[in-house]
Amino acid sequence: MLTTVHMPTTHRPIADDLFTETADGPRLVGGRCPRCDTVVFPRATGCPKCGSDEVQAHLLSARGTLFTFTTQGFLPKEPYTGPETEETFTGYAVGYVELPGEVMVETRLTEADPARLEIGMEMELVIVPFRTDPDGTEVTMFAFAPLGMSS
Amino acid sequence: VSIAIAGIGIHPFGRFEGVNGLELGAKAVRAALGDAGIEWGDVQFAFGGTLGGAIEGSDESIQADQLVGHLGLSGIPFTNVHNGCATAGSTLALGMAMIESGAYDLGVCVGFDKHPRGHFNATPEQHGLPHWYGDLGMMITTQFFGMKINRYMHDFGITNSTLAKVAAKNFRNGAKNPNAWRRKPWSEEEILESRMLNYPLTQYMFCSPNEGAAAVVLCSEERARQLKDRAIRLRAVTLRTRTWGSFEVFAPWLSVERGHAPTVDAARACFEAAGIAPADVDLAQLQDGEAGAEVMHMSETGLCADGEQEALIQAGETEIGGRLPVNTDGGLIANGEPIGASGMRQVVETVLQLRGDAGERQVPGDPQVGFTQVYGAPGVSCCTILTR
Repeated sequence: MLTTVHMPTTHRPIADDLFTETADGPRLVGGRCPRCDTVVFPRATGCPKCGSDEVQAHLLSARGTLFTFTTQGFLPKEPYTGPETEETFTGYAVGYVELPGEVMVETRLTEADPARLEIGMEMELVIVPFRTDPDGTEVTMFAFAPLGMSS
Repeated sequence: VSIAIAGIGIHPFGRFEGVNGLELGAKAVRAALGDAGIEWGDVQFAFGGTLGGAIEGSDESIQADQLVGHLGLSGIPFTNVHNGCATAGSTLALGMAMIESGAYDLGVCVGFDKHPRGHFNATPEQHGLPHWYGDLGMMITTQFFGMKINRYMHDFGITNSTLAKVAAKNFRNGAKNPNAWRRKPWSEEEILESRMLNYPLTQYMFCSPNEGAAAVVLCSEERARQLKDRAIRLRAVTLRTRTWGSFEVFAPWLSVERGHAPTVDAARACFEAAGIAPADVDLAQLQDGEAGAEVMHMSETGLCADGEQEALIQAGETEIGGRLPVNTDGGLIANGEPIGASGMRQVVETVLQLRGDAGERQVPGDPQVGFTQVYGAPGVSCCTILTR
């Protein structure tokens, strides 16, 4: 799928406080402004709409619809830290998923074939391997998968 | 107060081994001075625009005012401008204000840049974004263009064939422009069949970063009469930034409340300031970082309604002989994008067209009104209106 599969002994997320596991599965950590109810991602301290500085952590909905998408057909330069080389790069897709009433998040998609993606389709959050560090630690990232295709 | 463009100068856009960004800029300024029939010693102020070393790997000549070392240490106020894709437009807005203030009556605005090959790779921290956003391969401007046009095509029925027609037109116009970089025409089929870079955009639908410079001499109407009887009027320059709900590049999230693009605000204000209606425009130079951007910018600027582009472009109306010629010099697709110079190239081309000096690519019918527009990260747009 998105990286080489092996048996890592440890995992770590690409960043702290970006996503979390709950009893109902993974959730992205966003922010909600208590003054104007604006939802942001990732969590920030200030509200870009009303200027309040009291934005609180808020777990985002794990399901939404695909607002738009594109593919990445060439190996990106730095700061990309994916595991591929010019020889092994096969491309990936990214998109914005609209979480109803909350926010649209930009995200990697688990499906890279544009023929199998459609604006408006139902998507759900998954946590997947991104790369493996030299010490064997598997780095995980968030992504969205077409609903029913997450396993 | 009315402002005139008394001289224009351009250094060809492309790749120039062994020549630094300042030298490109100095050549463009000299050409503009020559065109106006004046010397550097006549210039009362200057604004110089470049992104320079802020774009990784680009020429480090970030201080445009170092140009005085090439042009002459005349002691004039020379101000550096560094404002993303609106850099050149910002120099014009400032130059116009200097003359409108009454304190000066002649100045130079110049933009130049020299970028490395390949896509622009910004660092997240420079844009106030978290590092993981770059790590995961989402901080790539070309993805934004793919996502924006994909949604627009879905909403307004724009086809892949129309995207290919835009790119083919710009390459064809570029072939008639001796200062353009990509001067080989490509067929629509070749464009559609080239490598898919960011769905639905293929390789030949994109422009590439490169090198170049362009400059103008601005002056008061009174001064223009002494210099040249065919000066072109700069009627308005407007700069706007993004508002709540706009869909912008380098955005890890967007509001679910949808708004409009900064180009909509900049264009509306520009037409208002000039007292000219979109229907009066005889030719336009629009930001075509890729073919889809030209399509969307046609409606964001008010030159047509959303969705009308499909019929207009399929009917050839944006060709040089059409009802609304767009990107007559080949646009960014044929010229490439040295960011600081790009908006100035549009103005130089518009002046040439309004003078009737555009040669093989001259818009027929004695055009009277020209419009230019740039757009870029992180949500900035600058528009200008020029008239005979």
